[in-house]
Amino acid sequence: MNGVIEYFQNVRDTVKSIFEGMTITFSHFVREPSTVQYPDRIAQQVQATLPLRYRGILEVDMDICTGCLACERVCPINCIAIGIEMNPETKQRDFTQFDIDICKCMYCGLCMEACPTGSIRHTQEFEGACNNPAGLVRHFITEKVPLYKPKKGGETEPRMIQKVDIGKRYLDEIAEPEN
Amino acid sequence: MEFTVHDFIQGLLPEAMPAALGYTLAAILVAVVVLSAFVAPLAGVTSWLERRVWARMQSRVGPNRVGPQGLLQWLADGVKNIQKEDIIPASADRKLFLLAPYIVFSGFLGAFVVIPFGSWLIPADLNIGILYLLAITSLVVVGILMAGWSSNNKWSLLGGMRSAAQIVSYEIPAGLAVLTVIFLSGTLSMQGIIQAQGWAPWDWFIFYNPFTLVAFFMFFVAALAEGNRTPFDIPEAESELVAGYVTEYSGMRFLFFFFAEWGNLYVIGAISATLFLGGWQIPATVFGMTMADHPLLKGVLEFTVFFLKAYLWAFVAMWVRGTLPRVRVDQLMAMCWKYMVPIAFICLFGTILFLVIWPEGNRALTFATLAFSGLVMLYFVWRVVFQIMHSRPTLYFKPYV
Repeated sequence: MNGVIEYFQNVRDTVKSIFEGMTITFSHFVREPSTVQYPDRIAQQVQATLPLRYRGILEVDMDICTGCLACERVCPINCIAIGIEMNPETKQRDFTQFDIDICKCMYCGLCMEACPTGSIRHTQEFEGACNNPAGLVRHFITEKVPLYKPKKGGETEPRMIQKVDIGKRYLDEIAEPEN
Repeated sequence: MEFTVHDFIQGLLPEAMPAALGYTLAAILVAVVVLSAFVAPLAGVTSWLERRVWARMQSRVGPNRVGPQGLLQWLADGVKNIQKEDIIPASADRKLFLLAPYIVFSGFLGAFVVIPFGSWLIPADLNIGILYLLAITSLVVVGILMAGWSSNNKWSLLGGMRSAAQIVSYEIPAGLAVLTVIFLSGTLSMQGIIQAQGWAPWDWFIFYNPFTLVAFFMFFVAALAEGNRTPFDIPEAESELVAGYVTEYSGMRFLFFFFAEWGNLYVIGAISATLFLGGWQIPATVFGMTMADHPLLKGVLEFTVFFLKAYLWAFVAMWVRGTLPRVRVDQLMAMCWKYMVPIAFICLFGTILFLVIWPEGNRALTFATLAFSGLVMLYFVWRVVFQIMHSRPTLYFKPYV
């Protein structure tokens, strides 16, 4: 007798569970797909939607880089290469090279924490695909430029004031938020 | 009609050529035209539609890049597969291995001989139509077993064996459900079965009595199992058998198996529509126009009605695929032998008893069955609304993304 009851219960459960399952999948059928059709069919660039503290590809603002080499020294995998030489004419030091190998970079963020002016920063950029690994080395110097020297009493030139502010804000809010 | 076709064929041929040869060539030509103009696009579009439907049920988008909304995805897939290398394993049984996809494919294509797309639109109205259909679709088993055996691979062989066991088992409930309809219509001819029904739902065999309603679902489930569709796709269960009997196939031969599977989806729907849903039946007058006076419009309407009915069940098969997980081998066999065969027998004898008591049918019971089905549909809609209210999702009714 128990077998008979179980038999009909099985039939009932099968019909009921399939029916219920079909209603659930049908309700999903009329829902909005959650797919983001990256890269071309999106309302907004993905970069713009990423959070501020997203660690994307590094960028350096050479105008406020003091050439202290803190980032090069702190980098665990030596993906930052900085070359500095003395210019005999102006008696000042010039950058000859500032390369970051994105291919090696592991986005640990130690360099941006070490930077005193906030010139080396993580961007929201993440599209690094290229055909040749050499193309992944970012060169921030095309010709020799002098190092940045912070002026006593603050900057006067509006462009520089803005840049220093951006660097400072980056340091405060993102690189060292606890300070 | 017959006379003109005969004249047409004879007119194209030289005098000396025998008429039988002419008819053979014409038959081959018709088969090629039907294959390339109807079956291939149908199977292709079905594969695309299935992927879209399935994707939407999983909150994805599915293929929408090739052509408008990905409609030409199947062409891209076909071109890709033609370009691929046709690998034959060194230890395979070469001849059988090469032959197997074509056996499967001809088993599926042969079904189109008796599918009635309209009152005039049927390749051959055999007087044993449904019997022929059950027989020719069984040819697929031979092909699958052949593929499994000749690949000389244990996964392939297991897949082939499972498929054979499954298809042979599910022939029984399918056959019993078909027999229910045959008792009602008194004929094996596909056109005869449709002519025994009417255009209105209460004239369809599905609502004839409660037993035929159950028999319809028995038939549909058994047909899904025979078509190796999810949840009965254990012959190609990738978690256990890599890809079952198609493991060793590549390129176009691989595609031929799936071509047959997708095309089969439409065949399943067409048989369901023919046997239970009134086939191509349309009212004698539509919007005040007597259909007999407009033969072309009548043909188009009949084809449309039949196509929609058939495709509705192809859609349900896709939907089931998006819903249910694959059953285990023992569950599959238990379901067939312990549940579906007895229930199909009950349906068959119930219908026989019904016919003995009410040889002309019982209108009240027919309408009661129809009303019950309507209530189930309403309950279904209510449950869908409930599921939507429950999770408060963003609704998106547009079919395109």
